[in-house]
Amino acid sequence: MTRPPTSAAAPSDRPPGRGLTVGLFVTCLVDMFRPSVGFAAVKLLEDAGCRVAVPDVQTCCGQPAYNSGDRRDARAVAAQVIAAFDDFDHVVVPSGSCGGMIAHHYPALFDDDPAMRRRAETLAGKTHELMAFLVDVLGVQRVAARYDANVTYHDSCSGLRELGVKAQPRTLLASVAGLKLVEMANPEVCCGFGGTFCVKYPDISNAMLNDKIADIGATGAGTLLAGDLGCLMNMAGKLQRDGKPVQVRHTAEVLAGMGDIAGIGEPEAA
Amino acid sequence: MSARDQVLGAIRRSLKRGALSGEARAAVEAHLREHPVNIVPARTAGTHEDRVRLLEQWAAFNHATTARVVAADVPGAVSDYLASNNLPARVVMAPDPALDHYDWNSRPMLERRRGLPEDADRVTVTGALAGVAETGTLVFASGPEHPTSLNLLPETHVVVLREADVVGPLEEVFTRLRARYGEGVMPRTVNTVTGPSRTGDVEQQLELGAHGPRRLHILIVRD
Amino acid sequence: MQSTAHAFKDNVEHALVDDNLQQSLALLKVGFSERRRQAVERLPEFEALRDRARDIKNHALAHLDFYLETFEAKVLALGGHVHWAPTAEDARHIILDICREAGARTVAKSKSMIAEEIALNNHLEAAGIEPVETDLGEYIIQLRREPPSHIIAPAVHLTKDQVADTFLEHHRKLGFDKRLSERGDLVAEARQVLRRRFQEADVGITGANFLVAETGSSMLVTNEGNADLSNTLPRVHIVLASIEKVIPTLEDAATLLRVLARSATGQEWSSYTTFNTGPRRPGDPDGPAQYHVVLLDNGRSGVLGTQMQDMLRCIRCGACMNHCPVYGAVGGHAYGWVYPGPIGAVLTPQLIGVEEAGNLPNASTFCGRCESVCPVRIPLPKLMRHWREREFERHLTPASIRQGLAMWAFLACRPALYRRVTGIANRVLALFGRVAGRYGWLPLAGGWTRYRDFPAPQRGGTFHAQWRARGGARR
Repeated sequence: MTRPPTSAAAPSDRPPGRGLTVGLFVTCLVDMFRPSVGFAAVKLLEDAGCRVAVPDVQTCCGQPAYNSGDRRDARAVAAQVIAAFDDFDHVVVPSGSCGGMIAHHYPALFDDDPAMRRRAETLAGKTHELMAFLVDVLGVQRVAARYDANVTYHDSCSGLRELGVKAQPRTLLASVAGLKLVEMANPEVCCGFGGTFCVKYPDISNAMLNDKIADIGATGAGTLLAGDLGCLMNMAGKLQRDGKPVQVRHTAEVLAGMGDIAGIGEPEAA
Repeated sequence: MSARDQVLGAIRRSLKRGALSGEARAAVEAHLREHPVNIVPARTAGTHEDRVRLLEQWAAFNHATTARVVAADVPGAVSDYLASNNLPARVVMAPDPALDHYDWNSRPMLERRRGLPEDADRVTVTGALAGVAETGTLVFASGPEHPTSLNLLPETHVVVLREADVVGPLEEVFTRLRARYGEGVMPRTVNTVTGPSRTGDVEQQLELGAHGPRRLHILIVRD
Repeated sequence: MQSTAHAFKDNVEHALVDDNLQQSLALLKVGFSERRRQAVERLPEFEALRDRARDIKNHALAHLDFYLETFEAKVLALGGHVHWAPTAEDARHIILDICREAGARTVAKSKSMIAEEIALNNHLEAAGIEPVETDLGEYIIQLRREPPSHIIAPAVHLTKDQVADTFLEHHRKLGFDKRLSERGDLVAEARQVLRRRFQEADVGITGANFLVAETGSSMLVTNEGNADLSNTLPRVHIVLASIEKVIPTLEDAATLLRVLARSATGQEWSSYTTFNTGPRRPGDPDGPAQYHVVLLDNGRSGVLGTQMQDMLRCIRCGACMNHCPVYGAVGGHAYGWVYPGPIGAVLTPQLIGVEEAGNLPNASTFCGRCESVCPVRIPLPKLMRHWREREFERHLTPASIRQGLAMWAFLACRPALYRRVTGIANRVLALFGRVAGRYGWLPLAGGWTRYRDFPAPQRGGTFHAQWRARGGARR
């Protein structure tokens, strides 16, 4: 659990990602609300030897439209993302939800357009959630970071079920000095966010959130981590409304040694 | 158009074809004829003794009780089971000739009647077509020698299962049924029974004896 | 059954403050999923069996006409009757005719979701025939005149005390005048009452978990044994089954059975799995003299060959609702019709229209837990999304959402403009939220801030603005 931190990002001298250029899909929530998640992703990728580029022509992955049944607008946004990342060998997303949208759902959006479908499949095949990319593709097993706290980790649904993100963040968190992971009762049960769901059905969302908050509280952990900013903002907002002293952060921030910045929904130092 | 044609026609329209014919039809007919086995759990592999033990294990898991006996001890085992559960020494037995192999007169105090159960009957004794080791399941086929209601109405069901009738997976029951009744032929009712009747309908808590037997006791008779 | 699916949001509001319901749901949320998990752990072949189960159902659906005809021929050859019912009304007429012909006064019914779907009990009652539900849960809700709230545990929303009160109210006239407090006593009293009803019944009506084409058998899976009494004691046995229940062989049934109970209750096997084939044979000492199978279409044939076909694989185990956090929050009645939970969110719009039931496929976070446990791997979130797409195409989506989406899409497809707008929003929200770090209230975000604070953005501009400022690579 508390392996000493190493100075290198990976066990070998040669960073596993050397020579790779990775396109970062920042996600709209990270861009707007928590750029530090994006910079944490950049640091983790660069520490692993990757060169990171962030194409300008990216806004959102299209989920709001796709999940509302608006296929036409979802396709328009998806086409933009596909064009923006055509030239990269790898595309990395610090979110299982947006990563799942690209890697899992984009091809289905172009069922009736073989040419676009092929491009969507190509993009899908090279798109990875950040933790999965670090561990499964680059073989990173440890990071040089310290975080002195008990933390608990919520498995965000899309990352878990669409992209198989489960062991990877735990592997990396286990290498963080001072960090102890205390698993909550039902880490795989949805927090009630669900994108537009949480505002369309606020009462149900709140009931689900209450269960999640109770599970988090029962661990006694002082920090909650997850890999999806939507879920994190949802849970942070509730913890704070209820006056629970739990800090909420994206896993990437802790792994990148940025655990000292203000948690989600907390005031930053002037 | 008949209702039958209406439904079948709607199905075929949706499937964008007419009635199956030619090779397509031959393929599904072959599937029915050959009824290939799909996936059989590895837990059912092993020697016959392994299977008997597996049956005991899963029967217990499913709240049935078991005892191994030799043929000569079957009547005694029934009597003792009734006595130990404070049940009257009175049973209704299936009119099954297989049960005649046991020397019931060795227990003169055990009152026996053959035939259908009545309201007052509290205990049934029947044989079984097979015992499925995979899940601790008993198989009863209806017929003149085995009324279905015997498996259902009394509170206690004692089953005399010959060790040789213990099979591994459920598929072996089908093999036996086909051997006995013919390909594609089944008796009116085949009950497969796994433990006593139960319900979880009040607060999701298990209660035994909802409609069928509250107790299921299996005597496994050594050959 | 009269649908209240259109009033989903009102139903939810009531469900969330119903203490008895919430107490029951608290048990359900952990119980079923934990028992399923253990059952799956005990069977290493489980995932392979799920694949095979899916393939068997897909194969059966692709050859549905053939297998139905084969099944029919087998039943007829044994002296049974097969009735084809294109609609719910047809099925009701057929069943009523059989009951009338039998001179039936009471009917013993074994829990059948199809019977709920065609509202059979109401129609029998209207014709002066008394249907008696014999599954304990179904019996309890019949006494209470409530619809089921779960497809395998119809009274799961009730507490023991509510059951005790219901029994006292209805059994008093039968001579049971003591209010019971133990579960076992409640079960025993129902057993006594229902045993008499079984013996009086002229007709037994059951559903079917599967129909086996190879042998012409209808299969029933229960834990109580009530289906078996319903198909053994009365003179007439009517099997009411929808057309997609037919499967090819006994071996195929074995595969489906291996995933059914484990997915449903986490049992290795249900207590009673019964194969019924035709009426009583010569020499049989018991069993029904007449055996009827009613094959109900009710719109299913129209689903074949469409992108919604996957829903026809459903074997009604209830795993999707047992694992659904939305079902876990609001229970089954909130869904407003026969089928609750994720499968209800997919089936209900199909059966009663998306105009009536449009909320159901929308009330999901797409968390995917239902699909991850479905024994026949129905892609439930995908099917719910299809319904949302059909709603959107038909302009049934609320105007506010459509306008919001249109505005969002306009911006999302214009990155430069998007940057300017998000840049301004970021600065404004960061500025006014800098002291607290969050908002307790925000205009147009009432759905969010009613229950939670809204985190303010970090200061320093959007990611893209900062990346540009530091000269980060763009390609």
